[in-house]
Amino acid sequence: MTPIIEVENLSKLYQLGVIGPSSLRETVGGWLGKHPIAKPKPPTGSEHRAGPTPDTFWALKDVSFKVNPGEAVGVIGRNGAGKSTLLKILSRITEPTKGRAVLRGRVVSLLEVGTGFHPELTGRENIFLNGVILGMKRSEIARKFDEIVDFSEIGSFIDTPVKRYSSGMYVRLAFAVAAHLEPEILIVDEVLAVGDAMFQQKCLGKMGEVTSKQGHTVLFVSHNMSAIRGLCERALLIHDGQLTMQGAPGEVITHYLSAGMPKDENSRGEISWTGDDAPGNDEIRLRHLRLLNPENDTPQSVFQADKPIRCEIHYEVKKRVRGNRFHLLLQTQEGEVAFMATDHLFQEEQQSPGRYLTSCIIPGGLLNRRPYVVAVGCGIPGERWIIPDSDLLSFSVSGAGNQSSHFPEKWPGTLCPTIEWKVERTDEPLLPTTSR
Amino acid sequence: MLVMEAVSDGPKYEVVIEPTQGWLRLDWKALWEYRDLFTMLVQRDCTTRYKQTLLGPLWFVLQPVLTTLVFVIVFGRFAGIPTDGIPGPLFYLCGLLGWNYFTQNLTNAGATFVNNAHLFGKVYFPRLIVPASVVAANVVAFALQLIPFIAFFAYFYFTGKLGEASLTWRALLFPLPLLHTALLSLGVGLWMSAATAKYRDLIHLTQYLIQIWMFATPIIYPISKVPARWEWLVWANPMSAPTEAFRICLLGHGSLPPMALGISVVVTLLLLATGIVAFGKVERTVIDSV
Repeated sequence: MTPIIEVENLSKLYQLGVIGPSSLRETVGGWLGKHPIAKPKPPTGSEHRAGPTPDTFWALKDVSFKVNPGEAVGVIGRNGAGKSTLLKILSRITEPTKGRAVLRGRVVSLLEVGTGFHPELTGRENIFLNGVILGMKRSEIARKFDEIVDFSEIGSFIDTPVKRYSSGMYVRLAFAVAAHLEPEILIVDEVLAVGDAMFQQKCLGKMGEVTSKQGHTVLFVSHNMSAIRGLCERALLIHDGQLTMQGAPGEVITHYLSAGMPKDENSRGEISWTGDDAPGNDEIRLRHLRLLNPENDTPQSVFQADKPIRCEIHYEVKKRVRGNRFHLLLQTQEGEVAFMATDHLFQEEQQSPGRYLTSCIIPGGLLNRRPYVVAVGCGIPGERWIIPDSDLLSFSVSGAGNQSSHFPEKWPGTLCPTIEWKVERTDEPLLPTTSR
Repeated sequence: MLVMEAVSDGPKYEVVIEPTQGWLRLDWKALWEYRDLFTMLVQRDCTTRYKQTLLGPLWFVLQPVLTTLVFVIVFGRFAGIPTDGIPGPLFYLCGLLGWNYFTQNLTNAGATFVNNAHLFGKVYFPRLIVPASVVAANVVAFALQLIPFIAFFAYFYFTGKLGEASLTWRALLFPLPLLHTALLSLGVGLWMSAATAKYRDLIHLTQYLIQIWMFATPIIYPISKVPARWEWLVWANPMSAPTEAFRICLLGHGSLPPMALGISVVVTLLLLATGIVAFGKVERTVIDSV
């Protein structure tokens, strides 16, 4: 069988910082031998990504793979690994520096929901506009129009300008257009992260239908591991611009999660300070914050839902303090507080100068499958703050062992505690009888 | 079903993605594939432009009338620049018809990459469709501006004050200078969008360029008042020929040496061809920098 997608040694070289001078003044400045453009240092720890010159790096390096018709392939990897670059090249938004890719079929790529929606236009007009922007023919959209409107549950609002839509309606309409594209190759970036759970499930269902019933090919990037598991037959793991693993989604996901790859700079599961730039003041300074897997005591940024997380706060007391309490604030990425916990009952009355550690264990089976942000604060209750709450680390919870992991979509709630259920047969009459 | 269609439709789609070799690879087939997008963008521009303004389409009628009024007072009365025996309002309005269409195209098409950075970062389509659709959509504004012109013409016609101006069969030829203006503005607009994508600060410069360009174009003065030894300078401006052509068509009066028209057409086509190349070059890499 001829592969429908064939990627050979695809590479993309990016320049760090601003790509070339962004104003004429800078160009002229450049001619005069001045270099007013400050360029950030290349990210450390990935030497093989360094490009031919010091201020370039390979966002994608020699990636090769094949996809057969009708296959659904998931692409996973941490942020900045090169997934989006890969999709952008395959979507023809940007050109590769080296290598080539052949796509044998009509491609529609969905890197965002509602691309090109115009707020002044009505829902009806936007369906057509969005559809043709994504590469559909007008006649095709007209044929599927009723289906799209039905799917979107917009009803009579179809002739209202979309600027008057609620955000939910907007997303539903945009999804509906996307869900009815029916190309031979569908490239989807993390677009299912928006929209409510019910509608997301409906869309995932539709996408499953597209691959299984209509035999279309899907390339799907997501951080939602269960969506990848549920939808895809194969997964590709991209790490530091290279394709490091491909195979059955289960295996690749396990490998990805256990590698505990950092999601971004300040999210390797730990952060530390040595000098006076640490959070705090001349009484107490934070020294080290770590999120560990208690089983092997290694810091990590991705945890399994059913495993506990140990959180260590190392700090230095510089002057004798009385009554200080640390607290931990766990929030979602959207800023919703999941919970707050404090060592109030466990602290000593007084602390003399020295190094201290306060730690806690967040039990397994409590958190939801989603990214979290950890904030730490310290203060003397009813008196003053020493360290105001500050977001310091982020981590995410994925994988099995959670009641929500049986469902492909995001499960609502900042937490998803495992609670005990009991189902039993009682054979009791539906209404209590008052006879006898 | 769609799959069946794609198979039975003959040639299957095949897209090969690789680094572009050479300096021009214009994908005519893709442009034709996306013709529906062109129509939709024209429709969108027409609908949204009139929904957003307070006075709606009326603004497009009012704007040239107000400008003409100012011209009549400043250049006609105060400065005393003659209008070749044509009533002042008609002379200026006719010049502004083409000129307003021209500048509107430059302003809109010249900011293609700056205005559509987000869209271009999310979805592929031949980018050339955007400036082309802008130029097409602006024809509606041109048509609206014809209304005050026709009204003034009718007034002067029926009161017998047309002067040197007259109604001739050439009026039917006005789409020709319109097309000429469209192609010229598209060419310059493509160059400008390529330049502003790289150097954002050039956007401010374009406004000055447009202002200065207007004085280099015979809008407020007739060619007959230009000293003979400077005339070549006027014809060196490619916008002069279509402006004068509009006068010949709509007012039946004007002077356009065939040589001047020929030069302008050649320059227009040259600007358009090189503009497409420059635009295509920027199109390939601009997304990496925005």
